[in-house]
Amino acid sequence: MEEKKVNYIEEEIEVKGEEEKLYTATHWQLMWRKFRRHKLAMVGFWLLVILYALAIFCEFFAPYDPAKRDTEYINVPPQKIHFIDGDGRFYLRPFVYGLKQESDPITWRRIYVEDKSERYPIYFFVHGDRYRLWNLVECDIHLIGTVEGPFYLFGTDESGRDLLSRTIYGARISLFTGLIGVFFSFIIGCILGGVSGYYGGNVDVIIQRIIEFILSLPSIPLWMALAAAMPKNWSPLRVYFLITIILSLLGWCSLARVVRGKLLEVRELDFVTAARLAGANDWTIITRHLLPNFSSYLIVNITLAIPNMILGETSLSFLGIGLRPPIISWGVLLKNAQNINTIALQPWLLIPGIFIVITVLAFNFLGDGLRDAADPYR
Amino acid sequence: MVVLLFVISVFSFIVIQLPPGDYLTSYIMTLQTQQGTVDESMIEALRKQYGLDLPMYDQYIFWIKNMFKGDFGWSFEWKQPVGKLLADRLPMTVLLSILTLIFTYVIAVPIGIYSATHQYSFGDFFFTIIGFVGLATPSFFLALVLMFLFNKYLGFSVGGIFSTQYIDAPWSFAKFMDLLKHLPIPIFVIGLAGTASIIRVMRGCLLDELRQQYVITARAKGLSERKLLYKYPVRVAMNPIISTIGWVLPGIVSGATITAIVLDIPTVGNLLYSALLSQDTYLAGSSIMILAFLTIIGTFISDLLLAWADPRIQYQ
Repeated sequence: MEEKKVNYIEEEIEVKGEEEKLYTATHWQLMWRKFRRHKLAMVGFWLLVILYALAIFCEFFAPYDPAKRDTEYINVPPQKIHFIDGDGRFYLRPFVYGLKQESDPITWRRIYVEDKSERYPIYFFVHGDRYRLWNLVECDIHLIGTVEGPFYLFGTDESGRDLLSRTIYGARISLFTGLIGVFFSFIIGCILGGVSGYYGGNVDVIIQRIIEFILSLPSIPLWMALAAAMPKNWSPLRVYFLITIILSLLGWCSLARVVRGKLLEVRELDFVTAARLAGANDWTIITRHLLPNFSSYLIVNITLAIPNMILGETSLSFLGIGLRPPIISWGVLLKNAQNINTIALQPWLLIPGIFIVITVLAFNFLGDGLRDAADPYR
Repeated sequence: MVVLLFVISVFSFIVIQLPPGDYLTSYIMTLQTQQGTVDESMIEALRKQYGLDLPMYDQYIFWIKNMFKGDFGWSFEWKQPVGKLLADRLPMTVLLSILTLIFTYVIAVPIGIYSATHQYSFGDFFFTIIGFVGLATPSFFLALVLMFLFNKYLGFSVGGIFSTQYIDAPWSFAKFMDLLKHLPIPIFVIGLAGTASIIRVMRGCLLDELRQQYVITARAKGLSERKLLYKYPVRVAMNPIISTIGWVLPGIVSGATITAIVLDIPTVGNLLYSALLSQDTYLAGSSIMILAFLTIIGTFISDLLLAWADPRIQYQ
């Protein structure tokens, strides 16, 4: 290990010739340096940047209003983007074909085929459905779209709503449920873990028992029970906050454990005694001297806790006892794909699930990289 | 342990109490739609029977007392005693959980050993990716995707646990074979996330162990690579693995609940779901209690197992 460290430092010096910089670098600079070397973590980081950008500006990125029903195009399969038309001509600007309704010769079901005679080029910044960005700026410009023809890259659902737009809008709810849920668990975890670790004694024992108890319970049945007790006539916003609170009620335990463990580790160190002798009170010691000491570990654990929240929310919404329409989240969207007949006929309804997997993967990659970086001296 | 069970029972009781109105209000509603009016004295009698006229803590004691007598309450949705409904589904729940647990460890431990001994090889890389994806895929989504794939490419329906003709049939060899045919998919779906994380733990622990000096000593003495690996490092690395049952089991029960709902398997989790949807409060409370009990007992057994496997651990 020792040898490795020396090698690492020498390598740094040789490659960058920044001896001075390395020795004077702050803790966070060292962490950043190490984090950047973790390729998967960087991939996760940029994926999340893109996903959150989609979520924040979903009105702009979504080609349509997610609630708009297009009765002419019901259960349309995803359209393909073409560069070369039927005659073999190449176009620099990609395009989609129009759609023709036909009925299946065997089952008589309504199916859609590409109408090669209609060609709709795809443009950037097209004018489409009107929206109010964050309820403030009124606008009608969408990132991509066609000027008049249908543009359903992920297909449509049974009411003719565009799945791509709905997936992008769903990102807003699903991704921010994770953040808000983690914020609540962070607060509960810090307070209880802090009390437990700093004061110790009987309080510590009781809090630890509670944590062990909660961790040993199966989470989904508990979430289900709590969520199902929610009155049916609540407004979507209240439901949303209640669900995030329910999620964080069980989610704070691991954070509290980290806080407690780290507090126990550092509270006996000399500089804490020095601070106490100098007359600092408990609050100052905890917030000024102890917390900064392990804030990097906290960030790692928060990152790894977010995907659990997202998975919890989607699972509950998928079962129909979490978020409910008209709220759009990935779980709510997947609820449409619940039975085998729907999946067999409209497999594209599963697309939001792929987004869930990508998001959770990205968070896990990021968390892994951060965990390595949290201890930059190793 | 006893305290834990007590806390769970209180929690389940709260679940029963949480929805507005008590159990009888919904029951009376159904009676009213069937018969028009309901006699006031009959309501009073029912109230007595279920102890709903008592204060809260007395109600709790009443509920627990009845439970020890084997009376879990009445499910008005199924028009059957709750105890019978639970007893019908309990074997399948336990079977599914235990099989998944076995599957998880039987698959994960060898792969973990392989990954640790072949660090950074193609196989290690492959399993790492599988592990990450397995952790990131919600079990219900995996179940949906498998349903789709099996239906499309194999023309085989994976829903349920028996084929239609066997559902009400008495046990026979054919029914047993049918069960075996249906079990692998739920087990795989429920077990994937747990397997993925145990592979990571096993790999990490074994890598730490392999760096120890006693391994170098043993190798220097000329011990065969196989004996060297299995005799010491694997045994040491197994201890943290056994203690993982404590959090793998709740995960399995959790995953089994949602998978059973998607794949329509008659387990207690599935029962809980329908009970919650129809506000069948006694059934919901009892189901959640049974699920939590199962998990706690399973964890307790794993603690005993750990003490047996590692004599260094002493319980006071």
